[in-house]
Amino acid sequence: MRFVDEFRDAEKAQALSAQITALCEPGRTYRFMEVCGGHTHTIYKHGLEDYLPETVSLVHGPGCPVCVIPMGRLDDAIYIAERDDVIMTSFGDMMRVPGGKGSFFDSKAKGADIRMVYSPLDSLKIAKDNPDKRVVFMAIGFETTAPSTAMTVLRAKADGLQNFSIFCNHVTIIPAIKAILDSPDMRLDGFLGPGHVSTVIGCKPYEFIARDHQKPLVCAGFEPLDILASIYQLMVQLKEGRCEVENQYTRVVPWDGNLKALQVINEVMELRPYFEWRGLGFISHSALKVREAYAAFDAEQIFNIPGIRVADPKACQCGEVLKGVIKPWECKVFGTACTPETPIGTCMVSPEGACAAYYNFGRFTRERVKEATRA
Amino acid sequence: MCLGIPGEVTELLDRPDLAKVNVNGVRRAINIGLLEGENVQPGDWILIHVGFALSKIDEDEAAAALAFLEGVGQSYKDELDALAASSIE
Repeated sequence: MRFVDEFRDAEKAQALSAQITALCEPGRTYRFMEVCGGHTHTIYKHGLEDYLPETVSLVHGPGCPVCVIPMGRLDDAIYIAERDDVIMTSFGDMMRVPGGKGSFFDSKAKGADIRMVYSPLDSLKIAKDNPDKRVVFMAIGFETTAPSTAMTVLRAKADGLQNFSIFCNHVTIIPAIKAILDSPDMRLDGFLGPGHVSTVIGCKPYEFIARDHQKPLVCAGFEPLDILASIYQLMVQLKEGRCEVENQYTRVVPWDGNLKALQVINEVMELRPYFEWRGLGFISHSALKVREAYAAFDAEQIFNIPGIRVADPKACQCGEVLKGVIKPWECKVFGTACTPETPIGTCMVSPEGACAAYYNFGRFTRERVKEATRA
Repeated sequence: MCLGIPGEVTELLDRPDLAKVNVNGVRRAINIGLLEGENVQPGDWILIHVGFALSKIDEDEAAAALAFLEGVGQSYKDELDALAASSIE
C-alpha cells in the first residue's frame, strides 16, 4: 500500500502549493467543500491538507451514497430480504452498514438470502437462474450508478422477467449541495465538484451555485495533482472576483454529461417529492423512485414495506460530518466507540466516508508529509 | 461501487451493448449501452462503473485512474474481486 512518502509528482504538488499560497489575500481564510467521497479519500491518503497554507481549509461534503442512507431505509430493505421467497442482492459497500436492527451481514448470518453483486446485471442473472424466487436489487448511489440501475430495469423488461425488482434508494447530488448552501451554520468559499457524477450530469447543473450563491465550483479529477490544480483554479477565480463553473477534469467529464445515461434515468425513474438523508434530514426532490410505467420492477410497490423511520444514534455526529460542520476527529465517538470494525455511523463504514478515510490514513499524514518533503 | 475502473476493450460481442473488456488482467463482459453513438472499438479504453462503461478515455487517463485506484487499496481489491465473480450477459 502506498503512503504519502511515495507521493507521485511531489515536486509539481509543491509548485501548485506555492501558487495557491501566493494567491492568498492577507487576513482572509478560504473554505472549500469537496463534495465527493473519492476526493476525501485522496485528500487524506496523500495528506493534501499539508500542502495547503493554513488559511485554506477543505470541508468534507455529503458525497458518499452509502453514508447518506438513513437507517430506516436499511431496515425496510432487511424486511424485504428476510422474506422466504426473496433473494436480496447488494453492492459489497452496503453489507456492513448498520440499520436500526443490524446490517445485511447480520441478517444474512441469521439465514436471510443476501448476496453481494458487482453489478445490477449480476442481480438480473440471479433472477434468471432462480425463477422460483423474487430477486431484489438494493439500488444505491448518486447519478454515477443510477443509469446502470435504469439500464438493468430496461433489460429486465425487454427480457420479460417477472421476478426481478429494485429497491430504489438513488439520490441526486444537486439538492444536497443546495441544502448545504442553505444551511445557516455553513460558510464556504467554493466547491470541488464531483468527478464521476459529473460524467453523467455534466457541468451545467452546477451553474446555480455560481449564479445564485456567488460561489465558484471546479469539477475535479481524483489524482492528488487534480485536486491541488482545482483548488488553484478556485483561488484564481476568487482573486479575479469571478464565480464560475469550471471543468478541471475534461479528460473524463464532458460539459453536457452523458445524454444517453440521463435519458435512461429519466425513462425509468422520477424525482420523489422528498427523501430522508442521514444527517441532513428530509430534502425535497433529492432522490429517485421508479416510474409508474415500471411499477412491476419496483420493490417498494411489490412488497408492502413498513416505511420504518429510525433516529440516528445520539452519540453519532455523522450529520455534522456530512455537512462539514465538524471534522471527523471532532466527533465524540470517533476512533473510540466508532471504528471501521465496529462502526456506529455510516461515515465510518464506507472506505470513502470521511471518518473511515481519516481513520485509515489521516492519522499518519502530518508526520509522513514532513518526512517526504524533508527528503 | 463508486470507483470508476479503467478497462481496455478487447472484443465486441454479438449483442451491440456488450463488449469483452480486459480489466487489470481479468476479462469480463461489460455493458457499453451508455456509450451509444461513440463507436466503441477493440483497443479503446473505457471507465467502468458497476458493469457499465460510462465514458471513453485515453490511455494516459487510464494510467492515471489506475494509479488512483492502486492508492485506494482494499476497496479497489474488493471491487476487482467482485468483478472477477461477475457474469454479466
